[in-house]
Amino acid sequence: MLEIKQLHANAGDTPIIRGIDLSIKAGEIHAIMGPNGSGKSTLSNVLAGKPGYEVTSGEILFKGRDLSEMEPEVRAREGIFLAFQYPVEIPGVNNSYFLKASLNAIREHRGEPTLDAMDFLALAKEKMSHVEMPSDLMNRSINEGFSGGEKKRNEVLQMLLLEPALCILDETDSGLDIDALRVVAGGVNLLRSPERSMLIITHYQRLLDYIVPDYVHVLADGRIVRSGGKELALELDQKGYGWIEEQARTEGHE
Amino acid sequence: MSRSSSTGDDERPLGTRHYLERFARAAQHRAGPGWLETLRGEAIASFAEIGFPTRRLEEWRYTSTAPIERVAFELPESDRSAPTPEELAEIAPCASQAWRAVFVDGRLCAERSVLPADSGGLRIDSLADALAGGEGEALVAAHLARQAPFKNDAFTALNTAFMEDGALVEIPPGWQEERPLYLLFVSTGNETISHPRTLVIARPGSRATLIQDHVSLDSGTRFSNAVCEVLAEENAALDLVLIQRENAQSYHVSNLQAVQERDSRVALHTITLGGALVRNELGLMLAAPGAEADLRGLFLGGSRRHIDNHTLVDHAVPHCTSRQLYKGILGGHARGVFRGRVIVRPDAQKSDALQSNPNLLLANQAEINTKPQLEIRADDVKCSHGSTIGQLDREALFYLRSRGVEERAARMLLTRGFAAEIAAGLPLESLSGWARQLVDSAVETLTADMEGSET
Ligand SMILES: Nc1ncnc2c1ncn2[C@@H]1O[C@H](COP(=O)(O)OP(=O)(O)OP(=O)(O)O)[C@@H](O)[C@H]1O
Ligand SMILES: [Mg+2]
Repeated sequence: MLEIKQLHANAGDTPIIRGIDLSIKAGEIHAIMGPNGSGKSTLSNVLAGKPGYEVTSGEILFKGRDLSEMEPEVRAREGIFLAFQYPVEIPGVNNSYFLKASLNAIREHRGEPTLDAMDFLALAKEKMSHVEMPSDLMNRSINEGFSGGEKKRNEVLQMLLLEPALCILDETDSGLDIDALRVVAGGVNLLRSPERSMLIITHYQRLLDYIVPDYVHVLADGRIVRSGGKELALELDQKGYGWIEEQARTEGHE
Repeated sequence: MSRSSSTGDDERPLGTRHYLERFARAAQHRAGPGWLETLRGEAIASFAEIGFPTRRLEEWRYTSTAPIERVAFELPESDRSAPTPEELAEIAPCASQAWRAVFVDGRLCAERSVLPADSGGLRIDSLADALAGGEGEALVAAHLARQAPFKNDAFTALNTAFMEDGALVEIPPGWQEERPLYLLFVSTGNETISHPRTLVIARPGSRATLIQDHVSLDSGTRFSNAVCEVLAEENAALDLVLIQRENAQSYHVSNLQAVQERDSRVALHTITLGGALVRNELGLMLAAPGAEADLRGLFLGGSRRHIDNHTLVDHAVPHCTSRQLYKGILGGHARGVFRGRVIVRPDAQKSDALQSNPNLLLANQAEINTKPQLEIRADDVKCSHGSTIGQLDREALFYLRSRGVEERAARMLLTRGFAAEIAAGLPLESLSGWARQLVDSAVETLTADMEGSET
């Protein structure tokens, strides 16, 4: 599904990603943890194709194809979805209108028939019930005045509607209360399938109780400094990052 | 382009002389009572004295009227073709539910109009009919040229001198009907001029929505020189919607002046989508305590269009409120001007005035001159103003694209989103929905134009 090879990337003019190798196969769930500022969001922005984030060397293959020349909207249509750490508020643009435009752009790309307003609303309503999202949020401007939790639900709702091949969740759990976390995780789990892969960025082991990963990676200073199974997350929860960073430093000196 | 011949050794610019000549020539055809002819005479004398404004005047610093002066505009022939009922339904779906008066080149077209029967209730009269005598004439005589003086205003002077027709609207005391009043001004021909004049009198305790919609159904250079005078009496509430969507060769100068009495509320919704050169002048006089003015505007344009908005809110007495929200969207090489003046007179304590002018520039060559101007001479007041000039939000653009929306479509969505607020402020859902459609399609045209010029 996703092959990242010796990736180096800049945010603006600053080198942030300093050599990442990561391979995610179809059906796998990978979690990325790591201290603040280690480059987790930068990596997800690079994957989604955000302007201003530049691959300086290495490559990213998605379903065998090189991503570097692909516009963000094309990546989305090909099946990459990034649930943002900080979803933007867009005043004046109706949430429902936007979601329909988005879904139809993607369906068209997949060669599926586009949905009319009625069919779209029926589908949206069904998906909204999965994340327990109040229906009036559909008729408001995108994320405008949404609470932190509502914004995250809106991200997961979009993911449920678009059914991407690769879901990247950038701290979707941050700012959620305990019940909301369960609901949102439940929504994500609905998407689990042998054809779909997930990259879950989080600071908290708690989320991984709900969405159990196959692999856990620790990102520090733009590199993956440790990888392991789900028990690594537990260990991090107890011991913090210090010991890994320490190990990475000594290994680097060898 | 045709040119008027010069007469004698008159030193005035050709453009000015053209109108003086036409005025003299039309003397024997002009209809109306004697007092009106006197008024017209005074108006043309004012125009002769001041001529077209120059950019040396502070009020006209950013806008040259040269393109208007260069054309020898003529009043159109009398056999004007009115829009067909089908065209009418297409231009303004909302008109079918409204009282409506359709003007072609400034003249009422009775067959296409749906006017209230004269029964002492709501009055929408052709100004020409009203001037023919009777109660209407008295009303016009009492109100014409009161709110919009012409002494220092060349365009209003021209309108007053040449005005033939327009609308006389009187909303009776306590009127509460929701049905909107719709005035459609269609311009036709080439190098033609019209001087529509509207008088609006909202009697105490009345409430109404009045739309003035300026359109052209085909191409051709035209000049609409409109003047609207409004009196909102005690506790009246008026929503005035001004829509300008004439063709890209049109010139449009509009002067709206309103006087507000005690506890009246006037909301002005000015939506400017068309024209090569547009000047909107809006003046609100808050003449008695409790008056509330709400000015909401959207101007939008690309290519080499020029859109100039001048507002003046005069807090003449204490305890009045004014709100201004003016939004500009400019692409191509378009130029916009916003000058929002607020005057708070020395004893107008407890005035509350707010002004904001956010602008969206879609191209590097587009330009906006924005200049809020607060003249506050009282001390116990709440006044604030702000203007911003920005581009489409990059984070928002990426957000939309990351969901599969093409860049062009994403830009259009965001531009529409920026504009949406103004149309949404119109009263009645049917009206705001209609305005939203007009704005949306103008944004689409603008986006397409810009793409065309980039490649
Ligand atoms: N556009 C940019 N220009 C310059 N520096 C940037 C840019 N974007 C991110 N950075 C920097 O890159 C580093 C990594 O940021 P990033 O947002 O990827 O961290 P993160 O791992 O997601 O942190 P957190 O856990 O706090 O979300 C930070 O030091 C940040 O300031
Ligand atoms: Mg982050």
